[in-house]
Amino acid sequence: MRAQFVLSEIGVGLRRNLTMTFAVIVSVALSLALFGGSLLMSDQVNTMKGYWYDKVNVSIFLCNKSDAESDPNCAKGAVTTEQKKQIESDLGKMSVVENVQHESADAAYKHYKEQFGDSPLASSLTPDQMQESFRVKLKDPEKYQVIATAFDGRDGVQSVQDQKGILDNLFGLLNGMNWAARAVMAMMLVVALMLIVNTVRVSAFSRRRETGIMRLVGASGFYIQAPFIMEAAVAGLIGGGVACGFLLVARYFIIDHGLALSEKLNLINFIGWDAVLAKLPLILATSLVMPALAAFFALRKYLKV
Amino acid sequence: MIRFDNVSKVYPKQTRPALRDVSLEVEKGEFVFLVGSSGSGKSTFLRLILREERASHGQVHVLGKDLARLSNWKVPQMRRQLGTVFQDFRLLPNKTVGENVAFAQEVIGKSRGEIRKSVPQVLDLVGLGGKDDRMPGELSGGEQQRVAIARAFVNRPKLLIADEPTGNLDPQTSVGIMKLLDRINRTGTTVLMATHDQNIVDQMRKRVIELETGRLVRDQARGVYGYQH
Repeated sequence: MRAQFVLSEIGVGLRRNLTMTFAVIVSVALSLALFGGSLLMSDQVNTMKGYWYDKVNVSIFLCNKSDAESDPNCAKGAVTTEQKKQIESDLGKMSVVENVQHESADAAYKHYKEQFGDSPLASSLTPDQMQESFRVKLKDPEKYQVIATAFDGRDGVQSVQDQKGILDNLFGLLNGMNWAARAVMAMMLVVALMLIVNTVRVSAFSRRRETGIMRLVGASGFYIQAPFIMEAAVAGLIGGGVACGFLLVARYFIIDHGLALSEKLNLINFIGWDAVLAKLPLILATSLVMPALAAFFALRKYLKV
Repeated sequence: MIRFDNVSKVYPKQTRPALRDVSLEVEKGEFVFLVGSSGSGKSTFLRLILREERASHGQVHVLGKDLARLSNWKVPQMRRQLGTVFQDFRLLPNKTVGENVAFAQEVIGKSRGEIRKSVPQVLDLVGLGGKDDRMPGELSGGEQQRVAIARAFVNRPKLLIADEPTGNLDPQTSVGIMKLLDRINRTGTTVLMATHDQNIVDQMRKRVIELETGRLVRDQARGVYGYQH
């Protein structure tokens, strides 16, 4: 098969249905931008969850030396080995507890670095500023209060936190937005696919003379279908490129400039450029393969080979 | 070359068969006319050979292959060994004469060098030497049909199927086309031609197969069109 011959057929086809091609490009671009946005939103949620979020329900933070000076809960000084043992054995006796993990100050520092590695806040921290903690997984996450009443105010305990309680509202909002984005994406995807099917149908109809002759002279099914499939793939790829552009521009304006959330919400760790760039190959591949598949199946119906 | 064994064809949603129990054989190198009034089954006969349709009953062998057992993806390979010519020429109006002929070679992946060599050659053969760059619209009907024949013949098929190739042409032009088909036949290519043209059939004195309401009613060597039986 001669590439130049096929390429010229694709060019002719795309120009013949210029409006339709444009519609395909726009709908593919929108649906894939939403797809990428939804992936990035999940990334954002994961970035904010940190190390312990999905593993435990309740965290019991213990007093360290600096807490002893500043925090009224720790007025009796940093936690002692004795107190730690007592807490651990008490937790072990409680029936609602599934398991307990002890996080040393060094481990806490490590996890913190992993989560906030590149933020200015993290670089000013030292390991001995970190708190030791017991991370508790409950059999029933709703029983948080049992732990709170048992350990809140005890000597050596700085605070008891319901891990999920703090972030759940925010994550609920983000998840809701994520699902909304996915629903819109799904509908846009259906629109895109239907447009592709229709474009292919119109294209196959307007070229039925050529394809009929191709069939007569013994062109293989693949050879006859290839220009149509490539047409859809090229239009899809352009749409995918536009979607990638959307995502890059969106991150730039929402996080760094324009809305500049990274300045306004400087406690939140935002996804970086690497997270956005990592999604682009997937989006481009989808934009290439999905329209091609749609075209392939449309051709089975509308183009006799 | 072509063998029909008790072939019947019933189209879906139709009770009357388009072909009924047709058996015949066409040998290599023959020139055969297929005659019969409209609706007699001529087109179905040709469509079965081209594997555009499958037989409902019986077996169709073309070029030694049982078409019922030929898988779909092998059909193009089979069609490359056939040339086809139609009443309405079926040329691509936006391609030149040379490109139309070359099209038949491009789609089966012939190299550019081969195409450049064989296109002028075959255009010479059909009497259109030097008209490579003309558009089909600039040519007369007879010349357009010659282009179509050149395209059908450029890949040197073993069998040439012509469906009323002179149907749109005046008698004099038709004679020219028939001479051309005869010449192609003499190169060893089997020619099967469906036609309504009585003069041509009477003049050529070739084998005549006649269909009537789907039945084979006559198979005559050196026959004429209006044979009464």
